[in-house]
Amino acid sequence: MLSVLFTHLINPLAFIVPILLAVAFLTLLERKVLGYMQHRKGPNIVGPYGLLQPIADGVKLFIKEPVRPSTSSPVLFLLAPILALTLALTLWAPMPLPYPVIDLNLGILFILALSSLAVYSILGSGWASNSKYALIGALRAVAQTISYEVSLGLILLSTIIFAGGFTLQVFNVAQESVWLIIPAWPLAAMWYVSTLAETNRAPFDLTEGESELVSGFNVEYAGGPFALFFLAEYANILLMNTLSVTLFLGASHIPAFPELTAINLMTKAALLSVVFLWVRASYPRFPYDQLMHLIWKSFLPLTLALVIWHLSLPIAFAGLPPHL
Amino acid sequence: MNLVTTIIIITATLSVILAIVSFWLPQMSPDYEKLSPYECGFDPLGSARLPFSLRFFLVAILFLLFDLEIALLLPLPWGDQLSSPLITFLWASTVLVLLTLGLIYEWLQGGLEWAE
Repeated sequence: MLSVLFTHLINPLAFIVPILLAVAFLTLLERKVLGYMQHRKGPNIVGPYGLLQPIADGVKLFIKEPVRPSTSSPVLFLLAPILALTLALTLWAPMPLPYPVIDLNLGILFILALSSLAVYSILGSGWASNSKYALIGALRAVAQTISYEVSLGLILLSTIIFAGGFTLQVFNVAQESVWLIIPAWPLAAMWYVSTLAETNRAPFDLTEGESELVSGFNVEYAGGPFALFFLAEYANILLMNTLSVTLFLGASHIPAFPELTAINLMTKAALLSVVFLWVRASYPRFPYDQLMHLIWKSFLPLTLALVIWHLSLPIAFAGLPPHL
Repeated sequence: MNLVTTIIIITATLSVILAIVSFWLPQMSPDYEKLSPYECGFDPLGSARLPFSLRFFLVAILFLLFDLEIALLLPLPWGDQLSSPLITFLWASTVLVLLTLGLIYEWLQGGLEWAE
């Protein structure tokens, strides 16, 4: 009975609460890093070095009046941010850190499927807002997200064939001798860019293009529901980076010290997240047609070819991964 | 109960609680301006239900096709463990080559042109 309580209640809370904290401080980190890269300091007034800024932001968002536009569809309007946060938090459950909360045979498939569902929350919020800007922003965001999901899926397929299974722990074992980024660096590069596009991060952020669409699909959201979208977006960023680390920069697992693997993994994930922020400060926004050109004409042919590459070479050189 | 279901229920409950808190905590004073949709301060011109650009539909269909291709190729890790991985490779290449031919045709016909 007690063990059931632990696995079913305490374990999930033990990963949800730290993620929400991490997301809160990621927002602060982003503002500080962006600030210093732009020759100014980020927030440093609210607490020592601005450390209480996320708390102030959170309190502000939840005491702000949530606007419910009169012409919107109320159920869908409220359901979209709830769906976004639910998916963003559930996606963390099969991550091997190094022992996942839920040990799935098809962990990667689960993650791919749920991140595809997140498209519905964008679509729902754009449609339900009943505002032209929101709808246009949502359509563009959805088209961008589903396009880059194709590239994500094909890259995952190549690495899965290489490593030998759909469970994420397989990647820990496969990378015991060398990081997968060394043999599969074109895949890793395309994967990183695709995760940038998938999470609607700069330079692929024209759906939130502040100067263009005034916040795109979440223009009609204020206060609490906006906070939910915000939390979901940053949780997705952290998740994608952790997934990138698991896939390409694997942490070797020492059974006696699982905490060491966790620290190793999370340090690398934090570094990749800082690179996300660095990219935001460095590159101008992609125009939409170039963004679509990139995925359908550059990434897709290359990933299709790399699938055949990763399929044929292990067979040809008798280097197939072991069956687990 | 299934652990996956439990986790989904926990995260959904947390999100719903946050949404409810955000409606109960603040003071609500709705007025006409706040409730109308945002259009740079003006009254909205025309209906918000715009005609749908065909390019978005085309992108969605392309995504559908390639996602189905990915779904067809998903059994490859197990297919490689069969007695003859070469047969697996031949079938997988057939699928990939057929879809690549389709992609090439679409490219030449301009379907990917400003796929926006």
